[in-house]
Amino acid sequence: MTDAVVVEGLIKRFGDTVAVRDVSLTVRSGELFGFIGPDGAGKTTLFRVLATLLLPDAGSARVLGQDVVKDLWALRPRLGYMPGRFSLYPDLSVEENLRFFASVFGTSIEREYGQIEPIYVQLEPFKGRRAGALSGGMKQKLALCCALVHRPDILLLDEPTTGVDAVSRREFWELLARFKQGGLTIIVSTPYMDEATRCDRIALMQQGRLLAVDTPERITGSFDRPLLAVRSDQRYQALLALREYPYTHTIYPFGEVLHYTDQRTDLAAEPIQQELTAFLTGRGLGGVSAERIPATIEDSFMAYLGGAEAARPA
Amino acid sequence: MSEGIAIEARELTRVFGKFTAVDHISLDIRAGEIFGFLGANGAGKTTAMRMFIGLLAPSSGTARVAGYDVYTESEKIKRSIGYMSQRFSLYEDLTIRENIRLYGGIYGLAKRDIQARSEQMLARLGMEQSADLQVRSIPLGWRQKLSFSVALLHRPRIIFLDEPTGGVDPITRRQFWELIYQAAAAGTTVLVTTHYMDEAEYCDRISIMVAGKIGAMGTPAELKRRFDAGTMDEVFVRLARPATGAGAGTA
Repeated sequence: MTDAVVVEGLIKRFGDTVAVRDVSLTVRSGELFGFIGPDGAGKTTLFRVLATLLLPDAGSARVLGQDVVKDLWALRPRLGYMPGRFSLYPDLSVEENLRFFASVFGTSIEREYGQIEPIYVQLEPFKGRRAGALSGGMKQKLALCCALVHRPDILLLDEPTTGVDAVSRREFWELLARFKQGGLTIIVSTPYMDEATRCDRIALMQQGRLLAVDTPERITGSFDRPLLAVRSDQRYQALLALREYPYTHTIYPFGEVLHYTDQRTDLAAEPIQQELTAFLTGRGLGGVSAERIPATIEDSFMAYLGGAEAARPA
Repeated sequence: MSEGIAIEARELTRVFGKFTAVDHISLDIRAGEIFGFLGANGAGKTTAMRMFIGLLAPSSGTARVAGYDVYTESEKIKRSIGYMSQRFSLYEDLTIRENIRLYGGIYGLAKRDIQARSEQMLARLGMEQSADLQVRSIPLGWRQKLSFSVALLHRPRIIFLDEPTGGVDPITRRQFWELIYQAAAAGTTVLVTTHYMDEAEYCDRISIMVAGKIGAMGTPAELKRRFDAGTMDEVFVRLARPATGAGAGTA
C-alpha cells in the first residue's frame, strides 16, 4: 500500500461555519506531510476527522486503507494522535502518564522501549516530575512520546510546536525526522510558514480550503515573477513611498526588508533593481538597495491568497 | 532620564530565594524604537518584563520606564504603558464600540475623549459600519488590529506586545506590522516579546536573554553577522542551546 491517507471531497460544518470546504488530497506512506495555515484554516477540524473523532458532513477519508467512519475501531489502535491542546494528565508524573497511555493500548514502556527510545532518553531525567510542571517544550515531547508508545503506523500531530521556544522547536523537528527515517508516516500542522521546509510535502490551507499541495521547493518555485528584497535605513518611509510607485504589484514588510514585485511581468530583475534604487534615493531615503531573492513559503502563501490584496494599506 | 530614552535599566536584578532570575541587566531602549525582547523559557524574560511594567519590585539595580522610577513610581508607569497579548485582550461578548468604551473607562479617560477617540479609531480601522458587532463574530485579523488600537487608546508612551502576530495569516500579519511601524513612527516605543524569530526580524533592535543575562543585543542584521547565521532562528539556537543543556534542570 502506498497511500497512507486519501481524502475525497471532505466537508465539515459547525452550524453556519464551514470549517473544511471540499478538501481532497493524498498523503503517501512514509511521508512527513505538513498542513500550513493560520488559525481558523480548518487544520484542527481536518485532523479530528482523520483521527476518527469527528464525523464528516460529506466526502470521505481513508487512513491506512481504512474508512475513518466505518472502520474506526480497527483504525484507532493504529493511529497516534497528538491534539493541539496539552491533553495529558497534569497531576500524574511523566512516567505515570506514559505508563497509562501504554496500558490503554495493552502494552508497556519496557516492551515499546525500542520505539520511544530517542525521545524517552530526553524525558528520563524528569520522569518523576508532574506533567503540569514541565516547560512547554518538554510537555510537547511527553505528548509525542505518549502518542508513540503503542507503535502506531501513522502520527497525527496538531500544532505540536505552537508556543514553544526556538530551541525546543528545532529539537522537536529533529525528533520527527528520526521517526520518519524509521518509516513512520507523520502528518503535522503548523501556523508557522518557516517550518514548511522541514516537510516532504505541504498543503497550504486557508479558511477551510487547500490553496496548494506540493513539495515546498515546487511551491516556492512556482512564484511567477522576480521578487526583490528592498532595504533602506527608513523602512517604513520606503514602504509608504513604494505604495505610490506606479509599477508596484505587491509591496509588504518582511522582517528587516520589504518584499517587492513589479507589475511588468516581462522585465528582468536587474532593471527593476536600478529603477527602485533610483526612485527611493530620489525620495531622499538613505541606505537603499534592492536585491533579487528566492520566494519563501510565506511569499507564495500570499500570492495564492491574491497578491494584490497584500499591497493594500492596513 | 536621558532625553529620548523610553526604558533605561542599570544592573537590574531580581532574586527569588537562591535563584537569580534576572542578573544585572543593563539596556537603553530609545523612544520610537521597535525593540524585540527575546529569550528561551526560563531565561528571565518574563521577570524582567514584570519589573519594567511595575508589577514586580527589583532586588537591586535601577530602572526608569517612561521617565518613572520602577521602585517608587510604578502607578505612573502603569498609566504610561499599553499592553496587548495574543491570548487575551478584548471581551468577546461586547461589541467593538463597547470594548473601546470599557477600556477608555479603565484607562480613566474623560467621556468626551472616549467618544472622540472611538470615532477616530473606528474610521482609521475602517470599522464604522461594524462597530455594533460582537467581537466574537469578527475575523481574527480585525480583532488583532482592534486590540492593538485599544491598547493605544490612552496614548501610552510605551506599548508591550506579547507574540503579537502568532497564528494569523501572512497578509493580516503584515498589515499588523504596518500598524506597529505607524505607532513607532509617531513616537511610541514598542516592546515585542515572542518565541518566533521570524517575528523578531521585524524589530529595529533585539536583545536575547540567556540564564538571566543579556546574551546578545543589536539589530537583526548585526546579530546575524556576529553569529555568522542566516536567520535569527540560528542566532537564537546558537546562543541558547548551550544554556539549555546546562539548565536542563529547569525543564
